[in-house]
Amino acid sequence: MDYANLFIKSIFIENMVFAYFLGMCSYLAVSKTVKTSIGMGFAVIFVLTITVPLNFLIDQYLLQAGALKWIGPEYAELDLNFLSFIMFIAVIASMVQLVEMIVEKFSPSLYGALGIFLPLIAVNCAILGGSLFMQIKDFSGITESAIYGFGSGIGWLLAILAIAAIREKIAYSNVPAPLKGLGITFIITGLMAIGFMSFMGIKL
Amino acid sequence: MSKNKVLLTDPLDDSNPITVQVLGICSALAITVQLKAAIVMSLSVIAVMAASNVTISILRDLIPNRIRIIVQLVVVASMVVLVDEVLRAYAYDVSKELSIFIGLIITNCIVMGRLEAFALGNGVWRSFLDGVGNAFGYAWILILVAFFRELLGSGKLLGVQAIPDFVYEMGYVDNGLMLLSPMALITVGLIIWVQRSRNRKLIEQG
Repeated sequence: MDYANLFIKSIFIENMVFAYFLGMCSYLAVSKTVKTSIGMGFAVIFVLTITVPLNFLIDQYLLQAGALKWIGPEYAELDLNFLSFIMFIAVIASMVQLVEMIVEKFSPSLYGALGIFLPLIAVNCAILGGSLFMQIKDFSGITESAIYGFGSGIGWLLAILAIAAIREKIAYSNVPAPLKGLGITFIITGLMAIGFMSFMGIKL
Repeated sequence: MSKNKVLLTDPLDDSNPITVQVLGICSALAITVQLKAAIVMSLSVIAVMAASNVTISILRDLIPNRIRIIVQLVVVASMVVLVDEVLRAYAYDVSKELSIFIGLIITNCIVMGRLEAFALGNGVWRSFLDGVGNAFGYAWILILVAFFRELLGSGKLLGVQAIPDFVYEMGYVDNGLMLLSPMALITVGLIIWVQRSRNRKLIEQG
């Protein structure tokens, strides 16, 4: 598959938020202001770009049926696929802990703003979802999987940036009181998702 | 005693995981097309949350703060594998239908969120109640959304036709849009609207 094609596809057509509804929890909780949503978006891009190729290597050389052939012919029969959830999530969790430490060290204000949601990036389904889609999609090499991870991260940033901008504006609108905040955000996201469905038929 | 009871009843309304705490949204959107899937998913989440809350609560003094996320994820992932195996043994066809969704419980932030926010700082029995209470709060929203989506989207409940034939003969048509994912978002939005108009202290300020 052409790299540019894959990149565009993972941003728009297979947008993590609008096409698969992955990573909704942090998407809804951190999108109150554009500033925090940018921080969160870049954290997701960073973690996705690293974990997807890393998990690709683990999948290729450890987990797939016959992947252990490189150790010796007697291991060629092994299929460790049932371990993929635990392996993937362990890689993701360690990467997230690393990002958390880096952010805490270099940007304490961002650390304070992201609060509980930085640890929760580990359970951001967009991250695990990226690795699981990578497993299904049968990428041919590490470059493809890295581009896929990067593109999906950008798509996620795009989604959270859009909703954060809308939410900043909507603060001045006369929303019915019970819908304020969360309720209207859900409905707007639903409408945006219907909009993004129009990308779905496109074949590049 | 009454303090413990609050742990069970609070998540049903005042601090509902989905509509107030905003946790566990992904699965609530993905598997609410059919009522049956939503019910099995709810039961699995109840089991996983109770078990992992208790485990983390027992281990809470042993876990170094820096690596707590990894420990929590491993515990949750093991519980999910257990639930998956049980489902495969006793309800094979349901598990076939749900396989990827059961795996996604690991990344269901409601589990991690409660571990972080509650089980790490509270005793075993209280953590158990908190886990069960939150899982029930999650479950009833899930089942409510699935109820409306299956009823309006395909005219069925639990796979059985629920809207009688004469309604169709009068010109009623199933709303196919309800089966698409965007309507899950809008349904949850409407549930939040109804809930907050009844319970006005949940209304967000500003």
